[in-house]
This record gives sequence, structure tokens and C-alpha cells, in this order.
Amino acid sequence: MNSPYEVQAPREMELWFSEFHAPDVKHSIRVTRHLYSQKSDYQQIDIFETPEFGKVLALDGSVMLTERDEFIYDEMITHVPMSVHQNIKDILVIGAGDGGVVRELARYDRVRRIDLVEMDPQVVEACRVYLPENACRLDDSRVHIYFDNALRFIRRKSEEYDLIIVDSTDPFGPSEGYFTKEFYGICYNALKEDGIMVNQQGSPFYKHDAEAMQRSHKRIASTFPISRVYQAHIPTYAAGYWLFGFASKKYHPIDDLDAAKWLSLNIGTRYYTTKLHIGAFYLPAFLEKMLEEVEK
Amino acid sequence: MNEEKTALDQNRAPIYEALQTFRHMRVVPFDVPGHKHGRGNPELTAFLGEQCVGIDVNSMKPLDNLCHPVSVIREAEELAADAFGAAYAFLMVGGTTSCVQSMVLSTCKRGDKIILPRNVHRSVINALVLCGAVPVYVNPEVDRSLGISLGMRREQVAKAIAENPDAVAVLVNNPTYYGISSDIKAIVKMAHEAGMYCLADEAHGTHFYFGAGMPTSAMEAGADMSSVSMHKSGGSLTQSSLLLIGPNINKGYIRQIINLTQTTSASYLLMSSLDISRRNLALRGKEVFSKVVGMADYARQEINAIGGYYAFGRDLVNGNSVFDFDLTKLSVHTRDIGLAGIEVYDILRDEYDIQIEFGDIGNILAYLSIGDRPQELERLVSALAEIRRLYQKDSRGLMSQEYIDPQVVTSPQEAFYAKKKSLPLRESVGQVCSEFVMCYPPGIPILAPGERITPEILDYIEYAKAKGCSMTGPEDPDILYINVIVDQDLKTNERSRLIG
Repeated sequence: MNSPYEVQAPREMELWFSEFHAPDVKHSIRVTRHLYSQKSDYQQIDIFETPEFGKVLALDGSVMLTERDEFIYDEMITHVPMSVHQNIKDILVIGAGDGGVVRELARYDRVRRIDLVEMDPQVVEACRVYLPENACRLDDSRVHIYFDNALRFIRRKSEEYDLIIVDSTDPFGPSEGYFTKEFYGICYNALKEDGIMVNQQGSPFYKHDAEAMQRSHKRIASTFPISRVYQAHIPTYAAGYWLFGFASKKYHPIDDLDAAKWLSLNIGTRYYTTKLHIGAFYLPAFLEKMLEEVEK
Repeated sequence: MNEEKTALDQNRAPIYEALQTFRHMRVVPFDVPGHKHGRGNPELTAFLGEQCVGIDVNSMKPLDNLCHPVSVIREAEELAADAFGAAYAFLMVGGTTSCVQSMVLSTCKRGDKIILPRNVHRSVINALVLCGAVPVYVNPEVDRSLGISLGMRREQVAKAIAENPDAVAVLVNNPTYYGISSDIKAIVKMAHEAGMYCLADEAHGTHFYFGAGMPTSAMEAGADMSSVSMHKSGGSLTQSSLLLIGPNINKGYIRQIINLTQTTSASYLLMSSLDISRRNLALRGKEVFSKVVGMADYARQEINAIGGYYAFGRDLVNGNSVFDFDLTKLSVHTRDIGLAGIEVYDILRDEYDIQIEFGDIGNILAYLSIGDRPQELERLVSALAEIRRLYQKDSRGLMSQEYIDPQVVTSPQEAFYAKKKSLPLRESVGQVCSEFVMCYPPGIPILAPGERITPEILDYIEYAKAKGCSMTGPEDPDILYINVIVDQDLKTNERSRLIG
């Protein structure tokens, strides 16, 4: 028996970040240090360091990205449309103030212009300081950052972009307007005749998220002639299971994939492959059913 | 609010304070209401919250009594009067309808004439049904291109006063639902010179008392009484309002009139909401309404930039029938994109999940308040841009909302209580209507009891129904039938007097 007075190794402080993924489900990550905590005009912004996921950005208490798994999201929301439409030159990115999406897009030489519309300048400032791996290409000469309401910005555009990427927060906060029919409508109008819109489409697993996903899919499907959903596995998002919407005026996400051409560009990726591209559009039965319900 | 004028401490909220004290006393209730601070009705308590049902209590000494206020309610009324620059203010729990009724009942008796614009709210004509007063209508000028009724011209009011020197009062909308004000100062002066009262329906004018650069308020103009919908722009709970009076009105008599029809169990939820909202307006109203005007100005500019729509503002002001315009109102003319206002109203709700205040034949009205944020305005503007892109039509064939001059045959009271029969709409031409027909909102009658039914009126009713307006008033909910007076044997002298 050990003596009760035996000296034990000092234990680490129990500091945890927790987020509700559903009213009865919580996801927790151990935190080593809180690096940044500010309330902007739009939201609460936090950046902290964690042993498992590296630095984490949370907005209004929800994880937006972690250094460990952001590559999955940023690769899937960019390379899927880029490998389908070979002439994407003018791109509009909504949200994405951390810079991860822009970093992926900037890897393509053919891209001429990336307009980034982010409502909250404080997110960009914080990410430049604390998440330089993501923000590294924000100063690329092709990138133009506009701090504006996206609805207001896009409303003034007509047939101007080849690709619009909607990298918003969830539909229950300041980004609610980016899940509406009027938003998808003005995006349609801002795209050229063969343009594509890709958006983060939430998760189909927990009830609250699933309903929001269905609502926005319904609105996209009634706006664009081609509207498909694809999936990815992202550990720190609700249920670890995330969806993207692929809405297009002309190109089909699988039939028009030019794998050889994309491979010839030699863009090294960690998650995306042209085979996975096709597979990502094959959905589980329950999800197919949910989408069909609202496509009628 | 004129800050020098306030003599009382507007930081106080006596009813709210008394309710707070009451809550802390943990008084055991052996009086009504029977839910006993919510314990007897757990489902209601779960729905509305304990905070709310806990103060749903009856009048008692420490909380005063609205029928005869002597302590905290009286103090709250004095504070409200002070904040609004009135001689006295009555807290009202039956909506602005009850304020309007009290104004009419306290100034008009059976057979008395009252001068008013035809685009009054139904509550005014309802009050005439109750008391038997006779309306003398001043036909409001109409903006032909927008199809909306404007205010009363000074000359028209002067003419009505000269032709009806026996009238007892002049009633003014300050402003109309669309935000249009008449020259109320001049109208008050004319009425007073003729020995008549001037009454104001300020259902849409609460903020005139607090915001900077607003149209003139009724009390500032010297009106005798005003009905103020605190629950619209003032932020209090639905159904709570204020009745304001000027110095020449007998406060005790008004209280008696109010008590004729007002409940003896006034809700403390409503009264405390009036008290707290009045305090907020007095302390922060100026800042609040300058933000609202800023948002409305921005929205007007953005909507006009879309093309096709016309979001109107002070550009309508003409010094007379549009003496001033309330910039917090976001009214948009839609006919030039080939859609009736009511159609845009329906599309906004059904396709874009956006609920606006109303749509009529040619316009929509979005109600802006301090509860609004710029991101929701962006949605509204974008949805309007989309509606134009997707639904725009040729605007030929759209009816313009003409003002139809009413032919008053008998008083609203006589018509309402007359022997009547129900006729199919189209067979009623030439008959005298005994009920109201109106689109709601805005709730301005197309036909009022005692008016002749004409083919133009029927065309209008059928067009509005076909476009999807919510029609109310008649006994027949589908408005296929209409009640008309059977007994055309109206007292001939009264008839000629009315027509003449």
C-alpha cells in the first residue's frame, strides 16, 4: 500500500472548452491557453490553444476551425468546384475571414480575382495575428477584402463571377441572412451563365441542424437548375459529419469533373482527391431521403 | 420631447416600482385572478413565464385602481402627461380604439356633427355608431400616381367648418398609416376659432413626441385630445395606449366617459408596459428614433436603387395635403413592377419568410422600429430586388387605388341599427349599406354604415378580394353578400339635412 502522504506528480489544470452539438450532446476540448477573447460589433470572438487540435477559433462559442482539421473543410469547399469548372477566374468568397479558403484558391494560377466579403473586420485582424497559417494568402495581390454585409455587396453585382463560395457561420446567428432564398437569388444573379455556388450546408445528423439543412437545400434547389450535396468528415463539427452544397447553372459536379486536368496542376492536397470528389456525392440513404423530401 | 417642459423625474416608473415591491412582499392571494400568481395554471405559467403571470394581479391599495387612480397609477399618468407635454394622460388598456371612442363620446352627442377625413380608422366610425353623431367628411386629396389618400387641405377644412358651423369637433389623422401629416397647427386654430374641439388620431404618431425633426405632435399643435398607440412605435405591449388631453378639457368628465366602456379589471401587464415604455421614450427616445430614421432612409435609398420600386419620403411634401412626412415609415410603391402591393406582401411572406405590415393595391408598408437591425433590412431590400427580377410583369391592367367619394345617406348609427336584409354583392347597387367593408390592415373603410353602394365601390371590393386583400367588416365572412337597409323610409328631414 502506498502511503497517503506520498508525493504525487502535479496534475494539469482541468480547463475545457465545451460546445453543445445538440441540446443533449456536448463536445469538449481541453484548453491550454486562452489567447484572444473580444466582443466585436457582430459576435464574440475567441482563439485558444489546445493540445489535440492546436489553435481553435470559436465565434459565439461555436468552433469555426481548428488547426488540426481545417484542411478538410477548406480543401473540400474549394477544390470540388475548381476541378469541375476549368475556367474559374473571378471568385467571390463570403465570410471566411480566417483566410483558409482564400489560401486554397490562391494556389491556382488561373485565378484572376478573389473578392472576399466579410462583415467582421475583427475576425480578420485576430486571424492574421493568431492563425497565420490560414491568413497567409490574404495579402496576395489578387485578393480584395471588403468589410460589408454580403447581401448588400452581392445585390449590386450581375453576371460577374465564375464561382461564389459561401463560408458562413451556422444559420442561427449573424449569418442567418446567408441561408435565405433572397441570398441564393442574388448569388445566382451575380454568377456568369456557367457559374457555380458552393456553400457550407451544415450537418444532417442532429434534428436542429438537419431541419436548417433541409430548409436551405430547398431554397437552393428552387433557385439553381443543378443542386447537389456532398459530404466530408470533420471531427470538430457537430456529429463530425458535414455537408456542402454544389449549386450550378451549367456544370454537373461529377459528369463535368476533369480529373486528368486537375491532376496535371499538381496541387498537393491532404484530404481532397479526384476519386473522393466523386465518392463525396454518394450519400447515405437517410440523407438522400431528406433531400428528396424538399426537392419536390 | 421638449426637455425644459418636463418638470417631473422621468427616471421614475411608479407602477413598475410598486409591482416590484409587491413581488418582494410575497403577498398571499385570496383575491382574483384565480390562477394565483400562476400556480393554478402551470401550463400557462410554463408558456408565459413566472415573471409575467406573477404580476398579473388585481387592483389593490398599494397598486392603485385604473377606474379611479389616486396613487401609483395617477403618478404614472402624470409622468406620461409630462413626457408628452399634455395637461393630463390616461393609461388605456383597450387599445387605441378605446381612446378614439372616448374622444368621440366625450365631445359628440347624438345628432352632433363631427368633421373628419374619410380615411379614418374604423374605430372612429364605430364610435359614431355608438353615440349617434353624424360624420361630415372632408375628402382627402389623393396622390393619383401612388394611389394613396393624403391629408386634409387647409381650404377643405375651412370650407367644411364654414358649411357646418354647428359641428362640434374636427378630427385629424396625425399622421395617416402611410406617415402623411396634415397642417395640424392650422387646423387646430381654425377649429378653435369656430368654437370646435380638435381631436387627433395619433395611432401612428407616438414618436412625434420624442424624435428630433419629426412632424408636429397634436399636443404641441394645441389639439384638445389625442389617441396615442404606445404599443406601435412606443414599444409597449399590444393593446396598451394613451389618451392625452389639453388644458381646456375637463379631466374628471373624461374619466367618467372612459369608465363607461373600460374594463374594471385593467391588466397590470399592460399598465406596467406603458409605464416602462414611457420612461424609455422620455430618457432615450430621441436617440432611438434617430436610429430608426437612419435605417429607414438607408432602406429607401437602397430600394430606389433597385429600380421599378418607389420608396417615398419627404419628396411628397407639398405644404398642404402633405404638410409633413414621417420618415420612420417605409412605404414602397410597387405598381410599376406590375405587381399589386398585396401581391408583393404575399410573396415576401410565402417565399422569403418576411412579414411586413401591410400591402394594399399599389403599395407595401414595412414597419421599422428600434427592434430592427441592419442585417434584416438587407434581407428585405434583397428580397425586393429578387421579386423584381423574378416576378416583374407588365403593369398595364393594374387598378390604381382611386379614392371613391362616399355618398352619406344616413348616420352610421341609424344605418347600423336599421332593419336590414342580405343581398348578393352585385345586386346591392344603389342600396344603402348597413355595415363596414374594409381591407385590414389598414382598416380604412371602403364602405361605412349609411353609405350608398355604387358600381365603382363593388369593382374595387372585387378587385381587392381577387388580389388577395384580407377583407373584413361584413357579417358574411366570404363577402359574397352584403347587408343593406330595408326600410328606406328614413326621416326625410334628417335625410335631406345629411345629403345637403
